Amino acid sequence: MQAMQLQTSWRGTDRYIVSEELGTAVDVAVHLGRPLLVKGEPGTGKTLLAVNLAAGRNLPLERWQIKSTTKAVEGLYTYDTVRRLHDSRFGTGEVADIARYIELGPLGRAFERGEPCVVLIDEVDKADLEFPNDLLHELDTMSFTIPETGRTVTAAVRPIVIITSNNEKELPDAFLRRCVFHFIEFPDRELMTRIVRVHHPDIDDALLAGALEAFYRLRAVEGLRKPPSTSELIDWLSALRLAGIAPAKLLGAGLPFLGTLLKKETDFDAATRAAARNRGR
Amino acid sequence: MFIDFFYALRQRGVPVTTHNWLALVRALADGLHQQSLEGFYRVARCLCCATEVHYDGFDQAFAQVFRGVEVDGAAVLAQLDEYLRDPKRLAYLDPALRAALQSLDLEQLRRLFEERLAEQRKRHEGGNRWIGTGGTSPFGQGGVHPSGVRMGGGGGGRSALAVADARRFRAYRNDLVLDTRQIAAALRRIRKMARKGEELELDLPHTVDATARNCGDLELAWRPPRKNDVRVLLLMDVGGSMDPFAQLVSQLFSAASQGGGFRELRSYYFHNCVYGRLYEDALFNRGLSTTELLRDLDPSWRLILVGDAYMHPGELMMSSSDWWQGGGGPVGITWLARLADRFPHAAWLNPEKPDIWDAPTIAEVRRVFAMFPLSLDGLAEMVAHLRRPPSPARASLVHRIAQGEDLPYPRRSEY
Repeated sequence: MQAMQLQTSWRGTDRYIVSEELGTAVDVAVHLGRPLLVKGEPGTGKTLLAVNLAAGRNLPLERWQIKSTTKAVEGLYTYDTVRRLHDSRFGTGEVADIARYIELGPLGRAFERGEPCVVLIDEVDKADLEFPNDLLHELDTMSFTIPETGRTVTAAVRPIVIITSNNEKELPDAFLRRCVFHFIEFPDRELMTRIVRVHHPDIDDALLAGALEAFYRLRAVEGLRKPPSTSELIDWLSALRLAGIAPAKLLGAGLPFLGTLLKKETDFDAATRAAARNRGR
Repeated sequence: MFIDFFYALRQRGVPVTTHNWLALVRALADGLHQQSLEGFYRVARCLCCATEVHYDGFDQAFAQVFRGVEVDGAAVLAQLDEYLRDPKRLAYLDPALRAALQSLDLEQLRRLFEERLAEQRKRHEGGNRWIGTGGTSPFGQGGVHPSGVRMGGGGGGRSALAVADARRFRAYRNDLVLDTRQIAAALRRIRKMARKGEELELDLPHTVDATARNCGDLELAWRPPRKNDVRVLLLMDVGGSMDPFAQLVSQLFSAASQGGGFRELRSYYFHNCVYGRLYEDALFNRGLSTTELLRDLDPSWRLILVGDAYMHPGELMMSSSDWWQGGGGPVGITWLARLADRFPHAAWLNPEKPDIWDAPTIAEVRRVFAMFPLSLDGLAEMVAHLRRPPSPARASLVHRIAQGEDLPYPRRSEY
C-alpha cells in the first residue's frame, strides 16, 4: 500500500504548478488522512489547489464556500423546516417522512459518495471563531448523525480535505493540531516564469522578462497595502499582449495598465513616488 | 538526534507535541520523505508548524540540529539505524508500522544521504553567498526571497540546510507588529457575544416550537442579533518619550476603532501618567475629568492603557496632576490604581522592549497593571489576560494603592 501511495505523489498538473514543499504537504495530508490547511497571500492559488488536485486525479470536487454566517452543521446537512411546515399546512407533501426535508451539505455529500473525492472548505477564517471546533469531531471520525432522522452518515473512503484560510481570524489550536499545514510562499522568478508559461504558453521571452522585472520591482516598493499577486500578473500580461506593448516600455517609470496590478489608490501613489525616486537617482 | 530536533523546536517556540511526533514517525516510516534530508525538511515542516509564524523557528532549529550532519554523515546514519532498531522506542508502534520502519533500506538511505551531503557542501556556500547578496538585492526584504537561487520546482537539488539558513520566514514571526489588520484580528478576540437590543432576527427553533404549540398556525418568534457586548476604554500616552512609537500607537488606535468590532470604544490621551484630567485629542485641548470618567463608566468596561511608563519617579510618586496648576490631589500612581480598581479587566501595553521593564517607574506601574509588549505576541497575551477573571491578589493591592493619601494642596512639587 505504501508503494502505491508513493507512486501517486503529487507534483501539480500542467495547468497548476506546485513547489516541492506544497507537493510534499499534499502527499502527507493524503497519506495520513488529515485535512490540509493552506494559507498564503491572496492570489497565490490556494483555492485552485483543490480544484486542480481534483482535476489532476480525476476526482469529484465538493466545494464549501464559508461566509461569516455559515454554521458548521450546514456543511453536513440542512433541515428545511420551513418547507415541511408549508407542506403540512397545504397538504402538498409526505410530511411524516422527515428524511425528505433533509438535504446533505458538501461535507455530507462527500462522506456519502463512497469513493475518493476532494472536499474544499474555502476561506474557513470567514466564519465564527468556534466554527472549526464544531467540525473537529466530524473531520476526525468522518461520520456524523442526523438527530432528526437518527441516520448516521459515514465515509467509506476518507475524502481529501483541503482547507484555505486568509488569516483574518486565528484558528483554534485543537483544530490546527489535526491539520497538515502549508503556507504558500510568493513564487520566485523561476517558479513564476513556469506559472506564467502555463497561462501564456506562447509569450514573447523579452516581454516576459521585462514584465517580471517590472513586477518584482513593483512588489519590492515599500509600504504597499496590497502588493500585486500572481493572478494580477497574469491579467496584466494579458492586457500587455492585447495592447501590443513593446518590452522596452516596461523598463522606465510609468508602467502601462498599472491599474490591473494595483487596486488601492494609496498603493498607486506609493508606486509612482518610488518610480520617481529611482529616476532621480 | 531526532529527539534533539524536537526539543530544539520547542526551545525555538514551535509548540510541537507527541501528536506531531507520532504523525512524523508515521510519515517517515511510510517513506514520504523519499529518503532525503530535503524531503525530511518538507515533511517535518508541514507536520510540526501549524502556522507560518513558526516557520522561522523551525528553520533555526533545523539548522542548529542538522548542521552537524554536514560534518559527520556516517555517524548520523548510525544513530538513525540505532533509533529505528531500538525495540523500546518502537514498542508503542503497531506491528505493521514497525515492520515498515525496519524495512527502510539503510544502504540505499546511506548512499543517498552521502550524495546529498557532497552536493550540500557545494550548495551551502552558495547559500551563504545568497544571504550575503540578499540585502543588496531589491527583493531581499520581507520574506520574498531574492531571485537567482532556485526555490521551487522539480529536480530536488535544493539543500534543506541552505533553505533553513536563509530564514526566509523571519518576516512572519509573531513578535513583530506588522499592520493594522493583524492588530485588528488580535483585538477582535476580546469579545463577549450577547443578544441585546432590537429583535431583528427570525428565531427559527423558537418559531418551530411556537408554531407547534399553536396547533400548526404559523407563529413567528424574533430575537435580537448576536453582537459583541464588550466596551473598551483606550488611554494613550502621547508626546515626549512616546514620540518614536507614535505610528505604532496610531495603528493600534485605528485597528481598535475600525476593526475591533466593540460595542463601544472610547479613547483618551494623557501625557506620561494619568492625573486628574484626560484629553480627547492628542493636542490636549479638550479635556475631561478623570473622576467623572471613573463615575460614568461601569466596571464592565475593558481598560487598555498604552504607554512606555517610563518617566521621572517624581512624576509617578510625588507630583499630582498638572503640577504647574498648583499640584494638589492624588499622585500619579494613585490615579492609575483608581482606574485599575474601577475597571478590573485592565491591561497596559508597552511599546518598549521587555528588557527595560525593570526600570523603577515601569516596575511600579506593573504592580498595578499587567503589562504586555506592543507586538502581535503581546497583544495575543493581553487578549487572553483580559478574557480571564482578574487576579484577586492584584485586585487587593490595587485597592490599597487606590486609597492613597492625597498630597496637601498648598504643597508644591519638589521639582
